[in-house]
Amino acid sequence: MSSIAIIGAGQAGMQLADSLRRGGFEGSVILYGDEGSLPYQRPPLSKQFLLGDLEASRLNFRPIAHYEKLAVTLRLDCAVTQVDLQTRTLAMANGEQAAFDRLAFTTGARVRKLALPGAEDPRVCYLRGITDAQAIRERLATARRVVIIGGGFIGLEVAAVARTLGKEVTVLEAQTRLMPRVVAPVVSAYFEAVHNQRGVRFLLGESLTALAPTSSALGLTTASATYLEADLVVVGIGVHPNLELAAAAGLPCEGGIVVNEFACTRDPTVVAAGDCTWQRNILFERPHRLESVQNAVDQAKVAAASLLEKPVAYSQVPWFWSDQYDVKLQMVGISTGFEAAIVRGNPETGAFSVFYYLGERVLAVDSINRPAEHMAARRLLASGGLLAKELAADPAADLKTIIEKN
Amino acid sequence: MPKITYVDLDGAKFECEVANGLSVMEGAIANMVPGILAICGGSCACSTCHAYIDEAWSAQVGAANDIEDATLDLANERRPQSRLTCQIQVTPTLDGLVVHVAKND
Repeated sequence: MSSIAIIGAGQAGMQLADSLRRGGFEGSVILYGDEGSLPYQRPPLSKQFLLGDLEASRLNFRPIAHYEKLAVTLRLDCAVTQVDLQTRTLAMANGEQAAFDRLAFTTGARVRKLALPGAEDPRVCYLRGITDAQAIRERLATARRVVIIGGGFIGLEVAAVARTLGKEVTVLEAQTRLMPRVVAPVVSAYFEAVHNQRGVRFLLGESLTALAPTSSALGLTTASATYLEADLVVVGIGVHPNLELAAAAGLPCEGGIVVNEFACTRDPTVVAAGDCTWQRNILFERPHRLESVQNAVDQAKVAAASLLEKPVAYSQVPWFWSDQYDVKLQMVGISTGFEAAIVRGNPETGAFSVFYYLGERVLAVDSINRPAEHMAARRLLASGGLLAKELAADPAADLKTIIEKN
Repeated sequence: MPKITYVDLDGAKFECEVANGLSVMEGAIANMVPGILAICGGSCACSTCHAYIDEAWSAQVGAANDIEDATLDLANERRPQSRLTCQIQVTPTLDGLVVHVAKND
């Protein structure tokens, strides 16, 4: 009987363990985590949990009894520090060693940190894990002025929560528009207006150049010499994939642990899934890294299938979401390289979609408070993305029916 | 605590006490009811907590909102009784509720 070690007890790790058992694997499965907690959901950390609407216990995906029933061994306070693929052993921070036959990296990512003097101040917070969210929640209780560095999903979701709690909120974004890496200018502008209407102040095209902590506040200076004070700074400027363990084990790494469409690394008995991977998906020409729930789940299923020697190529269309106030942004596909952005509906009504085209093909669709269009778009992209631009632009055209007929 | 009966695909009944305020999905997960997967964790994004509300309970439970209605389009074998259990909050009026787990694989 063989054994499988899964390093990383986040969404991908949990899904992998689950899929191995559902696929009939009867050997030992050990899930290693270093946060001391059962696998839990991260998306609510910057939303309902931060707002105080959700208790920590409700973040867990499954009760401990579920893992017992599945006979998955949990080592949740056990950082793996070294992997030896020749001897098939791994070493833990506490000095223990364990043998494995097959291995999965679901090591996730960690936040990029500010590289400025003063940034170690405890009032400068990051958001990745539950302890981070708890720290921000505690500080939000007494903070009056909140400055957020980074106008991406995390920054804007935290801004929405802080504003809802009545805080004075300023967001600094180095680019000249919000969520610049992922959405079209029309979507950026819409979200800027949404936050503005609720009293968030934006400093766009601005970066932080100095941080001066005093006992009463954090003094912040921007590149254009604007000075502001904060009681709490939340930094959301992206992540680094946790690839070092795999790299040290000799596995190729680029913008993550390199895997093929079967979630296999160069060693076919070693898979990787989730935020830590640099992957190929048969739908896309270029390799990429995805930081999302959908990818963690779908790639983990692919990885499990490979470990079970019933390989299935990863072909899922990526999708993402973000909740800010009562606005739901749902995205499907990857818009990189688009030539035209066709707006369907009127952004001023607070409900519209944007179709990103390359030639005649839709690459991606962002939907704002348009869940039915998002779901139709998922179908559209899964079936090749061919939709006449006139139909995309016409809110009266019934997308669902058109796409089903295609 | 309200009692909820989950009937799985094989017809097995799971009678569970679920605290008010939790979702019907959370009640199923806590009690390890087979077939309620809830892959997205209750964000109304994946449809893998799909169940059919017992007809006797339709009116009490009510209808899906726009987002849930759209997400249900992803579900297998959608029927008039279909709901995503992550979107139904347990309240005292749902004491005795019966739901039938859908095919969520």
